[in-house]
Amino acid sequence: MKRKINTRQSNEVNAGSMADIAFLLLIFFLVTTTIVNDQGIMVKLPPFDNEGQPPPTIPSRNILSVKLNKENLLLVESENLDISQLKEATKNFILNPTGSDQLARSPKQAVVSLQNDRETSYKAYIAVYNELKAAYEELWNTRSLQVYGMDYNRLAYTQQRVIRNQIPQIISEAEPTSF
Amino acid sequence: MTLSRKTSFKITQTMIRRKNNQPKINTSALPDIIFMLLFFFMVVTVLRDQQVGVKFSVPDADQVQKLENQSLITNIYIGSPLDPARGNTPLIQINDAFIFKENLDQAVRQQTANDFRHQSDRAITVLKVDREVPMGLVNDVKTALRKAKRLKVSYIANSGKAFQ
Repeated sequence: MKRKINTRQSNEVNAGSMADIAFLLLIFFLVTTTIVNDQGIMVKLPPFDNEGQPPPTIPSRNILSVKLNKENLLLVESENLDISQLKEATKNFILNPTGSDQLARSPKQAVVSLQNDRETSYKAYIAVYNELKAAYEELWNTRSLQVYGMDYNRLAYTQQRVIRNQIPQIISEAEPTSF
Repeated sequence: MTLSRKTSFKITQTMIRRKNNQPKINTSALPDIIFMLLFFFMVVTVLRDQQVGVKFSVPDADQVQKLENQSLITNIYIGSPLDPARGNTPLIQINDAFIFKENLDQAVRQQTANDFRHQSDRAITVLKVDREVPMGLVNDVKTALRKAKRLKVSYIANSGKAFQ
């Protein structure tokens, strides 16, 4: 007598309890972890030198002195500027399109020197640093469009290094004043 | 001569059983879906191990970049303490201990003592500072970081215009 063998597979393990275990693990991870989405201004601090070697003398035309006092007022090369003017002033100083001898001799030698007071608010400091960084970004973007025809952010790392060698970002920070 | 055959339609046992016994939906795929969600959270998130004891609201800036490597990060918070009993002056919190100015250098150096050699140039220090904190404190922290060779620093800020 031919008998049809029941070839239908039956689920041995109850899948409901596996789902419960998985839910427990998921809830544990949801509760104890966070998705970190901090963004910040990346800065490379200058190394600390113990011996206190005197800094190399740079002709003052190559230095743009940016100072913040404790009232959060901005002083750029002895001129009271509003923060909205800082970016243009920095770009002008670095590129020196008119060839003035009060501004940097060449972008490679341009140094921005930042000094704040101990009582300056962090918000003002970040605003100034942000504008300085934005100035460099815009200069790099323009230069990379001229040289490579692409935005600076779309360049390969070696190409970005070439642009950065032409316009190096040198922001030197002095010890804070305390009056 | 046509063969006429009565096709008898017998109600068999299996047909009765199938009517009372609803076919089960195959639920073996359900834990797989949950495991996918679980793997997503395991990969994307970071175990939160630090209680922040200071309140801070970071300033706005538009030159912000995301931090890439979550594992080599030291968090430094500066702000006024959440606990009103501790007063109002801004405090420094490194990872999860409050640090006072005298111990600042030592505390930062302790952080770097746990580094491997190749890590100290890749380690990033994250500075989350309240916008009203005076720069003197921040400068002290930065000097301590420079002495400890932690040169990569990120000032955390909200993305937005830095000034009105």
